[in-house]
Amino acid sequence: MSSSTRRGGFKGVLQEVLSYKSAIIGLALLVFLMVLSIYTMVTMPLPEAIKAWRASEAWSRNPRNAQPEWVELFSGKKLPRTLIVSLGEADEARVPLEDGKMAVSRVAYFNYEYDEFPSELIVFFNSSYSESPTVQIYWIRPDGEEIFLKKHSLRRPDDKLYLSNDLGLELRLEGLFESKIGGKPNFMVTIEKGLFAVYSQDPRVLKGKYGVRLETVLNASDTLNAEVVVYGCVYGIAGTDHLRRPLIIGLLWGTPIALAFGLTASVLTTALSLIIGTVSGWYVGKVDLVIQRVVEINAILPFLPILIMLTTFYRIDLFIILLCVVLLSIFSLGIKQTRILVMQIKSYPYIEAAQAYGASNMRMIMLYVIPKILPPVVPSMISSVPGFVFLEAALSFLGLGDPFLPTWGKIINDAYTNGAVYKGMYYWVLEPAFMLILTAVSFALIGMALERIVNPKLKEL
Amino acid sequence: MIPKGFLKFVGKRTILLLISLVAAIYISILLANLGGIIDEMVKADLIMSITMNVKNNPAYQGLTASERQKIIDSLYQSALEAKGLNTPFLVRSLYYLRDALTLDLGTALYLTSDSGSKQVRLIILERLPQTVMLFTTVTIINFFTNLLGGLIIARKYGSKIDKAIAALAPTSTIPGWVYGIFLLLVFYTWLHVLPAGGLVDYPPPKDPILYSLSVLRHMILPMLSWTIAGLFLGIYSNRTFFLIFSTEDYVEVAKAKGLPPRRVDMGYVMRPTLPSIVTGLSFAIIGSWSGAIITETVFDWPGLGKLLSMALSYPDPPVIVGEVAIYAWLLTLTVLTLDIVYAFLDPRVKVWGG
Repeated sequence: MSSSTRRGGFKGVLQEVLSYKSAIIGLALLVFLMVLSIYTMVTMPLPEAIKAWRASEAWSRNPRNAQPEWVELFSGKKLPRTLIVSLGEADEARVPLEDGKMAVSRVAYFNYEYDEFPSELIVFFNSSYSESPTVQIYWIRPDGEEIFLKKHSLRRPDDKLYLSNDLGLELRLEGLFESKIGGKPNFMVTIEKGLFAVYSQDPRVLKGKYGVRLETVLNASDTLNAEVVVYGCVYGIAGTDHLRRPLIIGLLWGTPIALAFGLTASVLTTALSLIIGTVSGWYVGKVDLVIQRVVEINAILPFLPILIMLTTFYRIDLFIILLCVVLLSIFSLGIKQTRILVMQIKSYPYIEAAQAYGASNMRMIMLYVIPKILPPVVPSMISSVPGFVFLEAALSFLGLGDPFLPTWGKIINDAYTNGAVYKGMYYWVLEPAFMLILTAVSFALIGMALERIVNPKLKEL
Repeated sequence: MIPKGFLKFVGKRTILLLISLVAAIYISILLANLGGIIDEMVKADLIMSITMNVKNNPAYQGLTASERQKIIDSLYQSALEAKGLNTPFLVRSLYYLRDALTLDLGTALYLTSDSGSKQVRLIILERLPQTVMLFTTVTIINFFTNLLGGLIIARKYGSKIDKAIAALAPTSTIPGWVYGIFLLLVFYTWLHVLPAGGLVDYPPPKDPILYSLSVLRHMILPMLSWTIAGLFLGIYSNRTFFLIFSTEDYVEVAKAKGLPPRRVDMGYVMRPTLPSIVTGLSFAIIGSWSGAIITETVFDWPGLGKLLSMALSYPDPPVIVGEVAIYAWLLTLTVLTLDIVYAFLDPRVKVWGG
């Protein structure tokens, strides 16, 4: 214990901490993470976030596996956003037919000014009808050329038409391409390339005003709305995953979860270990013997395998995982050091004085012993936070985390199991990893500075 | 030659550790069986083997399905009795304890060993060498690298490189598996120079030299990830440790006598700190057993850890429980080995022994 910490109390410690540049960085990071946590909890309450994270329909108009928008800064290209082209009742031409039905024709235009092809094309219908209408969809290229896309009978009022995996259309577009350039192009003609590429040997986007035309025959009382979604390759500031969910939800909510888990686990573990160690050193004899045995057994208990076994067998939530982690960590070998310290303190005169005026064991432990051995423990408590944060991430990475909460480890797990490493979807792995590292480094920096303050021997070095 | 007191110490430690092992495994069994999972496992195991026996027994071939079922039921009941499995849990748990301690770990539900066996013991023991080959090796290499690095940096106290190491020390809070993912992204996804994971190329080369080269190539990234993870904090803490000890009076005397720096380092700084260094090594090896679980999953390395993550994805409870038992055994053996090394090095143990 350095004399300075005793002199200045909390304010003094803070002042001393702030004299380390690394500690200032660490504290700044921690404040940032805490502000982010509070912002997250206020703007998106947890039940809402869990619901959003689990809902799949809600994200149907988001691109799948889209990179974050800021990757444009590195690629130098303008990457496509998602465009929703609505074929509503606004611009329609209706021609009444003899049997009371209507021939309906609608057209909508959109500008496509991006350097890359879209990732996917889907037509969403929203209709009400007495007998299923058949729609015909046409594509209008900027040069005015019109391509027939598909004839489709609605299977249900909210039908979806996946254009991107239509093999027949792909073959037709390939044929069209070959006839235009008089030979085979140097690339695979996918639906997106067939519709958006310049007719040439190399794949290049034809920029300009595209159109979609829809023709159908409706009964007078029928309604039909259609949306053509031209999915982009980038989305928001964090991108999306394989289920089209915006990663930002998981990244944001991961912050309070990681902080809460790491801090609670480290504070509880440190405090309980300290108390157990103190009790062990104070009441030598049977209590001590039992505690020492438990510590040795705990050293043989394989921590992570047991934790994995418990989470697999019982599908427990984060709170129970936390309890298990704490229970398995409190009988650590650190108890032996505390015990020896307490044994030394026990023989100090002021303890004898306390005994003489009849202070209870509880009073002496809580008021005279623990405050004496607390300072050296604080830095190691702070330094142990990242370990617990990464432990939670590791469990989630193995697919064992909390079944509902979105966490950073879970995002990494999703990325891993969906081949992000093999397909080169860097952002999916790097974003949660970056958040984990930010958290870890913040606590590590603060912990190291505190250690130097508390341990004067280190301060000189 | 070996002092009697030393043998006595080793014997005493062995007995104490074995008692701890029994307790640790018993606690694991209690935890695993909170929801009766071990009971189900053992019973399913019995039913399966009895059914197979009855089916393959020519004497029962002519019987109808229901008659055969009756025979199976009666055989199952008598087997339960013979194994003592219809006794209360407290008694039953002792049978489980015996099986776990003798590594009689039953049969797996889904996983098989490469030789096709469903014996959990064989499945696990087949994976053990791979984990030892990769992670125990890298832990020991790292340990000595950091030790040497610490010594060198301690001599260059206050230099730029010393300050750089101190500044980089916080990078070691990031565990090896996270670095593993980064290395994969760089060397596999981006540069395509190293394999993504596994033990050897597919198909495995026939030539033993090519085979080992391929294995080595697959070991680079996992080993590197652990080395990076431990490097800076390892060197920094060793350096600090040596600096504290190199201000002791006896070191000053040695220097004043004009001993060469190497002799001072080896004889006066390292020697008295050896017991603490060995303790550090024991912590590193103990940590490597569980650290390997995640790293093996990242690199698809067919060791104990990957087996555990495969077992939990099915899930295959007998394998999971078997792994817990094996890890408890490994921890016991590690602690015992290091206790013995410690006893060799610590003069207090020697004096008391001699």
